[in-house]
Formats: sequence, C-alpha cells, structure tokens
Amino acid sequence: MEKFTKLTSIVAPLDRANVDTDQIIPKQFLKRIERTGFGEFAFFDWRYLEDGVPNPDFILNEERYVGANILVGGRNFGSGSSREHAPWALREMGFQSIIATSFADIFRSNCMQNGMLPVILSESEVDTVMARSLRGYGYKVTIDLESQTVTDDQGLNASFDVDPFRKNSLLEGLDDVGITMGLSEEIDLFEEKRTARW
Amino acid sequence: MAKTMFEKIWEHHIVAEPEGQPALIYIDLHLVHEVTSPQAFEALRLTNRKVRRPDLTISTVDHNLPTDDTRNEEIKDPIARIQVDTLRKNCKDTGVVLYDIDSAAQGIVHVIGPEQGYTQPGMTIVCGDSHTSTHGAFGSLAFGIGTSEVEHVLATQTLRQAKPKTMEIRFNGELKQGVTAKDMILSAIGELGTAGWTGYVVEFTGDAIKKLNMAGRMTVCNMTIEGGARAGLIAPDDTTFDWMRGRNFVPKGDEFDAAVIEWRELATDEDAEYDALLEIDCELLEPHVSWGTNPGQVTGITTRVPSPTDFEDPADVSSAERALEYMGLTGGTQVEDIEIDRVFIGSCTNARIEDLRSASLIVKGRKVASSVRAQIMPGSTLTKMLAEKEGLDQIFKEAGFEWRESGCSMCLGMNPDILVPGERCASTSNRNFEGRQGKGGRTHLVSPEMAAAAAIEGHFVDVRDWETE
Repeated sequence: MEKFTKLTSIVAPLDRANVDTDQIIPKQFLKRIERTGFGEFAFFDWRYLEDGVPNPDFILNEERYVGANILVGGRNFGSGSSREHAPWALREMGFQSIIATSFADIFRSNCMQNGMLPVILSESEVDTVMARSLRGYGYKVTIDLESQTVTDDQGLNASFDVDPFRKNSLLEGLDDVGITMGLSEEIDLFEEKRTARW
Repeated sequence: MAKTMFEKIWEHHIVAEPEGQPALIYIDLHLVHEVTSPQAFEALRLTNRKVRRPDLTISTVDHNLPTDDTRNEEIKDPIARIQVDTLRKNCKDTGVVLYDIDSAAQGIVHVIGPEQGYTQPGMTIVCGDSHTSTHGAFGSLAFGIGTSEVEHVLATQTLRQAKPKTMEIRFNGELKQGVTAKDMILSAIGELGTAGWTGYVVEFTGDAIKKLNMAGRMTVCNMTIEGGARAGLIAPDDTTFDWMRGRNFVPKGDEFDAAVIEWRELATDEDAEYDALLEIDCELLEPHVSWGTNPGQVTGITTRVPSPTDFEDPADVSSAERALEYMGLTGGTQVEDIEIDRVFIGSCTNARIEDLRSASLIVKGRKVASSVRAQIMPGSTLTKMLAEKEGLDQIFKEAGFEWRESGCSMCLGMNPDILVPGERCASTSNRNFEGRQGKGGRTHLVSPEMAAAAAIEGHFVDVRDWETE
C-alpha cells in the first residue's frame, strides 16, 4: 500500500450530503476484474452529458479544481454499497483524501485499505473548507497525518481523530494482510479450540 | 456480567487483541460473489498466499446473470462474462465451492446462505457486499466488507474490526393487516436517516419482531446497512429453529437439538445495556413508500410527498430539492397519485418464497394495469422451483407479470434488466439512489404487497384496503 504522510493540495468541493457509492462509481463499471481503470468513470452520471462530453455544470469539471488531491464533501459520504471500486475510482481521479463531517463505515475502511485518508472535521470546520474552496481559485489545505491536523493559510487549524493502528499503517504504507499473517500462530491456536458452531 | 447478543458473539470470536490494534475476529462463514472478489483472488496469487479455509467459504454468481431466456447461453456482455468466468476459475483453483448458474442452489448470495442452511445463529459472517447484514436475522453477526478485506479473510479467515457500539431498536405493538417488515425497516430508517446508525450494531427487539416470520426478519436486517449500521441482529427463537430444521447444512437429529440449546443462550441477557435505544410504535405504522433518492426519504401511503420547506436542516432541504427534481415529483403530491411504469419484485430484501406468496395473494384474480410492465425475479433458483410447485408462477403470469430467473437483477442493474431514463418503478429492493436501477430511472421502495397492488392499479395504493381471496 502507498504511504500517506502529509498532503498539500487544492481542495475540490462537492457540497452534497449522502453521496453514495453508486454515484461515485455506477454499477455498469463494476465488471472489471482489475483494481484499475475506474477513474475516468468516477461520478459518471454527474460528470458527463449524454454524448460523453464533460458536464459544464458539474463542479468537479471546473478548471480551478483540476489537479485537486483533496475532496471536501457533505455528511455521510460514501454511503451504500460496499464496492471498493469507489475509493479506487476516486484515487485514480486524483483524490488521496476526503474531508467530511461523517463517512459511511465500509467506505471509510475501504479508503484506508488503499492509502487514502478520510478526515472527519466538525461541521463548522467543513463549512469553512467548503466555503473557501467554493469561493477561491487555487484554495489549498495541508493535511498532516502525523500531527492529525488540517491547516490552510487563512487561519484554519483543525485537528482530527484517527485510529492509532490505521494511522501507523497509512504512515508506513503497511497492508493488513501482511500484519495479520504475523499472527498466524494465534489463528492456529484459535482454530484448535474453535467448535464448528457457536 | 450481563451481555448483549452482540457482545457474546464478539467475545466468542476474538482471536487476538494486540496492544494498540483493533481486535482480530475469526470469521465462520465467508460468502463470495463475482463482483467484489476477482481483485482479492488476484492479490493472493501475486503474493503467493493461499485461501486459508476454503471449507468455510462458499460462492455463487448473482449480480451479472441474465434473468430472461438467454439464461443458459453465454453472457453477451463480454466484460460481465469474464467476471463470471474469473470466479469459476478462482473457485476451481482454490477449492471454494461454487453454486453456478446450473445449480438449484444458485441464487442471490443472501438468499442462498440461509436457504441452504449455511447461515446459523452465533456465527460471524462476511461478504464483499453491504447487504450481508441480512444474515443477522438468525442471530449471526454479519456484515459487508470491501475487496481488500475479502482478500484478508481469504488469506487469514480473520478480520480486523474496531468494536462497534450497540443500539436497540424496539418495535412495540402489533402490525396491522397489510403492514409488513419492509414498512417497519423503512420507517425506522426514516426516523434517523441513512447515517443514523453509523458505528452501531443494531439489535431489533419487541413484539412485532418476535411475530415476524424469517423472511420478514431478513428484510429488516437486510436494510440495517441503509441506516448506516455495521450489522443488524435478531435473537434466534422457535421461529428461527423451525425455519432452519432440515435444511442442507444445518445439523441433523440430536445434533440439531443440542445446537438449539446452545443457540438459545445467545439472546441478550435481561440486565444488559445498549448504548442507544430507538422505539417505534407499530400500531400507528402504515405501508411506506420512498419518495426521494435515499432510503431515509420515506413516507406513509396516506400522506403527501414532502416539500423542501418541510425540513429544517439546510442539508436536508437541499437533499430534498435535488431528490424531488431527480424523481420528477412536486412536494405536496398525494403519494397515492404517483403513477408508475414498472414493478420489480426481487432482490435480497424481498424475493424469498414468503415474499412471493404474499404478493401472489394481492395479484390473484387481478390484472396488471396496461400501462405497467411488471417483473418477478425470485431470490434463488430453489425459490423459483418451489414457487412453481405451489403454482405461484401461474398466478403471476395470468395477471400479466413476467416470471423470470433468479439473480440480483434490477436491484442494481448490472445485468441487462434496467430502467430507461424517466421510468418510474415500484421496487421491493433496498436502494433508491440516483441511477441505481438505470441512469435516470426513478425508484420507489415498497413491500412486495405494495408493489403488487401498484402493478394492478398503475399507481400506489393503500394495500390495507384490499380484499384478498
């Protein structure tokens, strides 16, 4: 897994609550058997018009957000389907971190399995980031995982919680399977005493 | 110390709790389907790892399958065909059992797990599918995971999990005729919205839950994810054990009796405490219809579609504005006046034999409105066979329904069954997200009875008023 340590980037705003994983990557694109190739289809129904040209009314198509690696969204971001294709698509679209007031559980976990950092800030902090990115051109924040802070050059200084285990995995770029394989003796022992049913 | 059912199952499955790490939980049953597994198997191959317990892993094909008469031909969509073939190859290479398209045990993964008796009380069950919560109806801790976690479970038969909080959702009173499990769960999600239960494992309790049959309990647990919960649970009781007895992979004879004694111990202790409580009065409950683009945007059949100004929270106001625009609805419209084009009775929420029986009672002796195309996709091949044995297919066909093959089908439209832009569908599935059933399609979530009645009338109707034979 790729490391996530510190990221300074333009912020792209998506001011909608309950953005679900069906919107992030619609079902017709879930048929691939690879982890790649999803980025161009992210937000497909919102992002493109019927003839496949970019929808000028969709905010992430605006030139000022090109190259953004941070997305700020509404509450309950990533709700719905467990498809990991959603973080794969967002990552390929360029996003390494998403800021919101809340995330759906499975989506949040899926992000962290892919070197992406979901950042939960308070409503007023998210409102600030949202407003500044909507208003300005080239508005940037810095997300520092080590110090667990989000800052900008207009006085924002927000801190966020992250599970210490997940934090370490992201900082070091460790994947879970490798760590758990180190506990195979414990798993063997558990299986010895485990009964077929409860 | 008094414990909740969740705590009992959780503690029973802790493999390790290393300092500073989330608990490592053992997984008793891993369900696999074609969409969320290929990248996980591929990762095992690349890292030279094996499937640790193929004997605790089962798979089926459900998302991509056609439900029409091309069923037994090669899947036309080449990418879908590769995905299905990849699962076949992965199962063959790793020794995981596959219930393929030609098996009677094939079906939607959350229908066949219980149907075949794999799903049992006290188990931990995962699947790369959010509706894994369905299996909680048996008192098993069951939840959806992503593909990286699928890989983790394949390789280690364990999962790392932060311990969730617990919530009790108590359904008091009795359901009125025509009001169903679907209406219970839709109204509960409507109470707190689609993130209302995030971070919780929900246990459903109360008289109305105890009186539900297993299909109803599965409907309730199936949609706990739509309220954001990690999992839903219902204590196993005689209803559970009677339903399970005799199924393929359920213990037999004395072993079953012994198992039942153990399973009864799972129930939450009398003095145990939950972190949160939500109470719902079933006496007042009416059939529900979703009006918006998430499963929290629901209302009763006798009410009107809300207007954005009915909401206080600015995010709710803008959500309602967007939803009404997408759905082509105006606030203040009487729900009964909403006309529909399509009816879908299917999905892991409501395509079990009990659901089909309930819908058939509404349909019997009546005709589908000429303006409506109505389809039934049974939850599994076995369900379809059973329904045909009972003559349900004839009732539906005589009324003008299309009687199709099993699969996820139009719940998410990965196969060719989709809505065209602007089409409005009464659907027994679980998600009314924008584009879920096809780009521009408009989904209204309802019970099988309400979907059947809407098919007949061409618009939503209060099924409580209906006479059945």
